[in-house]
Amino acid sequence: MKDHPLSNCEEKFVLAAIAENRRFDGRGVYIYRPIVILYGHDRGCCHVQIGCTRVLAQVSCEVIIPKQTRPNEGVLHMNVELSPMACPSFEAGKQSDYGVEVNRALERLLRDSLCIDLESLCIMSGEKVWQIRVDVHVLNHDGNLIDCSSIAAIAALSHFRRPDVTVSGEEVTIHPLDEKDAVPLSVNHIPLSVTFAFFDQGRTLLVDPTDQEERVMDGKMVVGINKHRELCMLHVSGKMLVLQDQVVRCVNIAAARVGEITDLIKDTLEKDNAARKSGKEFGFAKCLADVILGVDDLLKHYVDSMSVDTTSVGQTAKTVVDADGNRVQMEVDNAETGNVSIKVPGTGKMSTNTEGGAVTWCEGEESDSDVILLDKNDSTSSEVSSKQVSAVVELSDSEEESVLMTSQDLERTELSKSRAIETRENRGGRCRGKSFGGRNRGKRGRGNGQRYF
Amino acid sequence: MAGVEVVSEQGFRTDGRKPNELRRIRCKQGVFSHADGSAYIEQGNTKVLATVYGPHEIRGSRSKALHDRAYVNCQFSMATFSTGERKQRPRGDRKSTEMTMHMKQTFEATILTQLYPRSQIDIFVEVLQADGGNFAACVNAATLALIDAGIPLKDYVCACTVGFVDDVTIVDINHLEETNHIAEFTVAMLPKSEQFVMLEMSSRLHLDHLSKVMDMATKACKDVHLVLDRAVRDHVSEVWQQLGNT
Repeated sequence: MKDHPLSNCEEKFVLAAIAENRRFDGRGVYIYRPIVILYGHDRGCCHVQIGCTRVLAQVSCEVIIPKQTRPNEGVLHMNVELSPMACPSFEAGKQSDYGVEVNRALERLLRDSLCIDLESLCIMSGEKVWQIRVDVHVLNHDGNLIDCSSIAAIAALSHFRRPDVTVSGEEVTIHPLDEKDAVPLSVNHIPLSVTFAFFDQGRTLLVDPTDQEERVMDGKMVVGINKHRELCMLHVSGKMLVLQDQVVRCVNIAAARVGEITDLIKDTLEKDNAARKSGKEFGFAKCLADVILGVDDLLKHYVDSMSVDTTSVGQTAKTVVDADGNRVQMEVDNAETGNVSIKVPGTGKMSTNTEGGAVTWCEGEESDSDVILLDKNDSTSSEVSSKQVSAVVELSDSEEESVLMTSQDLERTELSKSRAIETRENRGGRCRGKSFGGRNRGKRGRGNGQRYF
Repeated sequence: MAGVEVVSEQGFRTDGRKPNELRRIRCKQGVFSHADGSAYIEQGNTKVLATVYGPHEIRGSRSKALHDRAYVNCQFSMATFSTGERKQRPRGDRKSTEMTMHMKQTFEATILTQLYPRSQIDIFVEVLQADGGNFAACVNAATLALIDAGIPLKDYVCACTVGFVDDVTIVDINHLEETNHIAEFTVAMLPKSEQFVMLEMSSRLHLDHLSKVMDMATKACKDVHLVLDRAVRDHVSEVWQQLGNT
């Protein structure tokens, strides 16, 4: 399926926001989205989430005959899989150009920087070496795939253990796990990438672009670097021109950023190891209980982690024109937070329960108890057109907890519910923290939790 | 480091060059009569042919047409006999797909594509012999071919590779030096405005050396520019004379 491009209005709006150093999700220009790293039950399985971008990396190994040119070096093979599940524009089968770009970026970052000691993977020179294969599966695409994949790949490599081998003369024994403990790979350093998106002929740059920002950017620069301030990869793509001092600036920002991510990886690895040693539960099943992965919780998680600047927000919309052309007064719910509730029939209601449910329309008084907001901080008109109102849809968990979305968001809800919320936030709408509350948490178990992997 | 020393104690490289010395560049424009523009370049033992067709009507699927600018179509291929070990296929593997993508981005950013809406410009490059710095040679050859075809560019696009080993920056690295896992930069830049169009780096390099390496890359690209510019001027004056002018 061909990717549908961003509309001109959206594009202009994103660019205008970026020109003011604002971002749709309320982040600062150099701020990353929250990173969550989870390890699976098996060794070498790692799931990384940056905002809504999710990637799963799995490391495996096998014994092969080495290349003739390098008889005593093992092989590190990278494979990136962009499945249509992550984004409708990705096609199954042959790797697309974008897939090749991500794949090559990872290869250069991990293999060419010699982060894994390949000589230690040699069993018998010229005859038997280990091939370490890293499969990176993209589960959801919301921008910044290279960073997310690089974290997943290196974390999975550090987490992986290969079977031990003994060589006596010509005989090679590969010990099964119950015979001898598996050995970790020798990881020399942890290279990580930091992506910068360039806008406005390189005048503005952002760290960790979302999918929306990636669609409108001029180009991006990916800086691969490790904690020791060693540059491991540099990659500029897109049609843009950069100056030397811009490169140096980006590299310095990346150098500062990489330390935090390295610490996070080490920290999560240690915790996982500790859990394995002490016989506690580990793996995704355990993590599911600890880390929030349900849709409802994801929304809450996402909203909690950001602060929206409302200092310059003013209440501009006072009346609303309904479908019959009558003007309806909008009630200001809370002047301080700028929350507005619209009490008109024709407001949609959508279920986000894990069980699913039909989309319904509110009838008159019913909607009174629901909190609706439509804070138009980008609107200069004092009226909201009837189209907008009739397109308003409610995203409700229960009677009291509800959220409003606009029609555009509704379309995307199928794709990514959380992204829809983000967009609504971007429109300046601000929801009550309570709207996303965890009342529903008990229900999570009933749904098919696994589908989020 | 295993293998040969990249820079000897006397300060010379394995092929006898000084660290900041480029390989000899020989180039010729207008090597094919059929194509709108063509060029051949030799950088040491790296030999590349480039042809340019266009701007012409969109070929193949109509959906590629862009309403506000020309579509740039690139194809990078390496002859099966270009490397020491015979290659299985000239294009289609990941490395050449990556090269094709880089070429495309490089020239989309430098050709004044907005002058030719709904048209297509084809750039085909073929590496005849690979001896390091393939991408750089391809970009230089394509630039010459584009100039030969009379396609407006922002500036010459000059590319070169720079390596860093044992505290020494070496320019225009050859295949032997490439295989030693030295930090390698491939840059393509517009020499007048000193803007980088393409920047690729692999292996490891400490940040302290970054500015030094990039300065050297800028210098090397400007040197390449001098050579290309002279070749273009020579070619034009030759054509001028052939047309019966003196």
